Amino acid sequence: MKFSLSWLKDHLDTTASVDEIALTLNAIGLEVEGIENPADKLKGFRVAKVLTAERHPNADKLQVLTVDSGDGQPLQVVCGAPNARAGLVGVLGLPGAVVPANGMVLKVAAVRSVESNGMMCSTRELELGEDHDGIIELPADAPIGQAFADYHGADPVFDIAITPNRPDCMGVYGIARDLAAAGLGTLKPIAAPQIAGTFASPVEIRTEDAEGCPAFYGRTVLGVTNGPSPDWLQARLKSAGQRPISALVDVTNYVMLTYGRPAHAYDRAKLTGAVVARRAQDGEGVTALNGKHYLLDHTMTVIADEAGVHDIAGIMGGEHSGCSDDTKDVLLEIAYFDPTRIAQTGRTLNLTSDARGRFERGIDPQFLDTGLDLLTGLIIEICGGQASEVIRAGTPPSGAKVVHYEPALAERLGGVAVQPARQREILESLGFSVVVVDSQQGEQWSVTAPGWRPDVDGAPDIVEEVIRIHGLDKVESVALPRADGVARPTATPTQKLERRLRRAAAARGNHEAVTWSFLPEAEAATFADSAVWTLANPISEDMKAMRPSLLPGLLSAVRRNLDRGAAGLRLFEIGRRYLRAENGTSDERLSLAVVLAGEKTPRGWATGKAATFDAYDAKAEALALLAEAGAPVDNLQVMGEAGSQFHPGQSATLRLGPKAVLARFGMLHPAVLKQFDIDAPVAVAELFLDAIPGKKGAASFARVHYAPPALQAVTRDFAFLVPAELPAGDLVRMVKGADKANIVAARLFDDFRGQGVPEGSKSLAIEVTLQPGDKSYAEADLKAIADKVTAAAAKLGATLRG
Amino acid sequence: MDHAATEQEALSQIAAAQDLETLESLRVAFLGKQGSISGLLKTLGGMSPEERQSEGPKIHALREGVTNALADRKAALEHAALDARLAAETIDLSLPAPEAPRGSVHPIAQTMDELAEIFADMGFAVATGPEIEDDWHNFTALNMPESHPARAMHDTFYFPDRNAEGREMLLRTHTSPVQIRAMLQQGAPLRIIAPGRVYRSDSDATHTPMFHQIEGLVIDKGIHLGHLKWTLETFLKAFFERDDVVLRLRPSYFPFTEPSVEVDVGYSLVNGKRVIGGSEGWMEVLGSGMVNRKVIAAGGLDPDVYQGFAFGTGVDRLAMLKYGMDDLRAFFDGDVRWLSHYGFAPLDVPTLSGGVGTAA
Repeated sequence: MKFSLSWLKDHLDTTASVDEIALTLNAIGLEVEGIENPADKLKGFRVAKVLTAERHPNADKLQVLTVDSGDGQPLQVVCGAPNARAGLVGVLGLPGAVVPANGMVLKVAAVRSVESNGMMCSTRELELGEDHDGIIELPADAPIGQAFADYHGADPVFDIAITPNRPDCMGVYGIARDLAAAGLGTLKPIAAPQIAGTFASPVEIRTEDAEGCPAFYGRTVLGVTNGPSPDWLQARLKSAGQRPISALVDVTNYVMLTYGRPAHAYDRAKLTGAVVARRAQDGEGVTALNGKHYLLDHTMTVIADEAGVHDIAGIMGGEHSGCSDDTKDVLLEIAYFDPTRIAQTGRTLNLTSDARGRFERGIDPQFLDTGLDLLTGLIIEICGGQASEVIRAGTPPSGAKVVHYEPALAERLGGVAVQPARQREILESLGFSVVVVDSQQGEQWSVTAPGWRPDVDGAPDIVEEVIRIHGLDKVESVALPRADGVARPTATPTQKLERRLRRAAAARGNHEAVTWSFLPEAEAATFADSAVWTLANPISEDMKAMRPSLLPGLLSAVRRNLDRGAAGLRLFEIGRRYLRAENGTSDERLSLAVVLAGEKTPRGWATGKAATFDAYDAKAEALALLAEAGAPVDNLQVMGEAGSQFHPGQSATLRLGPKAVLARFGMLHPAVLKQFDIDAPVAVAELFLDAIPGKKGAASFARVHYAPPALQAVTRDFAFLVPAELPAGDLVRMVKGADKANIVAARLFDDFRGQGVPEGSKSLAIEVTLQPGDKSYAEADLKAIADKVTAAAAKLGATLRG
Repeated sequence: MDHAATEQEALSQIAAAQDLETLESLRVAFLGKQGSISGLLKTLGGMSPEERQSEGPKIHALREGVTNALADRKAALEHAALDARLAAETIDLSLPAPEAPRGSVHPIAQTMDELAEIFADMGFAVATGPEIEDDWHNFTALNMPESHPARAMHDTFYFPDRNAEGREMLLRTHTSPVQIRAMLQQGAPLRIIAPGRVYRSDSDATHTPMFHQIEGLVIDKGIHLGHLKWTLETFLKAFFERDDVVLRLRPSYFPFTEPSVEVDVGYSLVNGKRVIGGSEGWMEVLGSGMVNRKVIAAGGLDPDVYQGFAFGTGVDRLAMLKYGMDDLRAFFDGDVRWLSHYGFAPLDVPTLSGGVGTAA
């Protein structure tokens, strides 16, 4: 909402400065987003008189002027304007002034070898108009030397944000009322002319939609002369950021901007028969004032005549019946529309307007007659004409809301004690009325809100009114009660898991990225196992589908980094993947993904050529992070079926049992890399954190008892020949389980194929660690253990290598 | 016999030995089974007791002198050999050592950890809720019925889907639905923060369609606006680790609070950059207010018994204000150059005892 200081002062008798007004506006909840003071832009420009004008010695089109700028010392100024002449009073920009139109800083300079000490300005240069044919010509009696800003009467403009609960402040008058309540002056009463019509309106009006349009008032004004509106009105509208159109249209806008009261003027010549508020018929349409055609339906209220729809009620008028310069007779409409219906219609049509903004927030239902009087008065004053009697179709709701209120609530909820008498004063200055219903056990009031405050709904709203005018800065801070002792831990297990993994992943050399939750549909589809969530109104096609995995977002980040010249990347993200639950709600699961792309190590003096990441790097990340997450990594099985996104021979899942997949890892499928336009090998690990079993039972700090064994562990090596396709992990697991009493570890240290190993077989060498108990192993003990190992391995077709 | 001359001769030969082989052959020559000094020792057996008494000590002294000389020379030669070997093993330590990659924690995560640490001290636990919400939790329960103009202000992303209860599914526009879920699940009294991703259809240098908020909610008996003010002051002072943090409270409007308060924080200009503290200018950082009675009721609690306050703020914005980034879009780009610069070391764990912030 933009308005000028002079406009405000039409309604508020105040001596407050612009800064005081701005501070107060902020303090009472009318946030100042900006103040534009034209005087600031006109600093350094003065009323000045041209004393002499001579032809420039070196240029045909230039003149050399001597100019009196009030200092008594005439200045020499070079000027190219054709109208520059001795005796002209105009505007001189002095060195240091900034030309508003182009930001040029004026300085003393030589123009074709003649010194110029300033610039005589055109209206366009000062952004006061479009004229650039010559310099400004002021009346001959303009005071020479006066700051042009003061002479021009520059009017500061406030730009304030109006919260949706304050439709009353979508008019200057409502803002004036709030400022007056805050002690910044006196609110002037509304001076509405009483214009009694001398004849019955020749156009009949009715409402046939009592729900959507409970009241439709109007009258006809005959014999008006339309055309540009007067300067003062144009200036007002411009200060509000509106373009003047014609007097009739400008007047309706002026009433809306001043009193928050939208209205509409129809050209009577374009109307056929009675004008009626009714529901639209499905399929009916109208071309609105914005030139667009809108298709309507039966949920929408419209204003129509016998020929068709002329107005999307309360939102936008029709192009056909709007006023033009030829308009002779007008029908004025001032109606009360149901806020909910206006909001719905506006949303359905995706059509916003100043009128809609006011109607859907709720305008004062008791302001119809006054609004119509103000409108009629201005039209007759500016456009002439004769007003008919007023037609009042329907009855507006009363709008008055009565709230039960205890003045003590201001302190109980608002935290600041305000004397009841002061509270009453505040409320009454805002137009509320107060009746004391009980003063025995603490005061009880019945507070009636005015019609322009549809937002007031309960006692807390009254507290808000009291506190905001009394001053939020008067609320003292009060510490929240604090539990005894040091602060208790509050993090949830999930939160702790997330924090731990984040720092573990970063400590392993990975950079944490945060990528969009939404993806292009095709990328989501590549990583989806079931239907993804897809937005109905995405901001772009690239942000349409909710991610079923963290990998696609990270892969796009990888591509961007590679495009910027990165050779090797380690990125990770912790976040949710979005799945669907059975009942139509979302199933959001915490995941961690690591993406290792390109070079693992650059070429080096000791290491030779650069090495790229492989599937084992991804496995290392997966296992290390699962271990940090507290997963039983020793029990994990490496199984297949990582998914179609992966290289089928270089990927795997890590599972606890056949169903519980804790992670998948491996090299990505070349087709996926192609889809993401990545030209480097990419190894990834994806951890499904929701699948990690939680700790059972209450947390205990004491560890299970342990004392290092007295006897030293011994190691024995075994080399087995096994079928080439046997997973080494299976053999290790089998060996480790061969004698649980003695074998504490089994570690594979060689996988060999080639000379000495038969075709179709491989040699796997395992170091087995044995931990003796009370006494050292005898040869026979070791032989027995070795036999168990060999026998266990044999179950997998392994034979001891000779 | 002139043992002195023999010894002199032997010692000079030992001193002249340049390697261990020569020294060994001298040892054999003097002290071996057939060695010259061993031979002298053998002569003792054939001497008379008198002779032995006079010659014995001399020969033994000769042997001892030579033995010591051999040992000394051997040690010297070995030492020289070790020195030579070590000298040959010299390497260029200006060559680079193996490089270990350095990872980082994203500023959003770091900031959230900082906030959790501060609020934990004030007794706030962490609550979460779904990001794909239904319109009841996101709007209706927060006193934004279907036609409410504030719904339009939220630039909501909608899904074409409805849940089993027929509610419209959407991306939550704020973390406030967690208020409702927490009240319904935990009842009162309640002190929670709810951090997380939120979504609005908006995009420029300071707005992205996805961003992060943190919601705070206190529900109890007798909670009022003064408690809200204290909580916000305390939190912002702790977060920015400055005592000169000044707040400006402005009346505002949110459907879910009444009264509603917008909070600006004062800044000073230092070398043209905005620094939190002082009051040269104001920046909007928080929306807050006393929880609307309808919201308390929607949370299953009795608004005649319980009242409280709620606040919400942008985590990304707090991070930008504290750590000096100026483009929000870079937060979500995953550019490793940006992450290396603005990210945090994994061991920069925010603690109250160490100060939650990490110095540049």
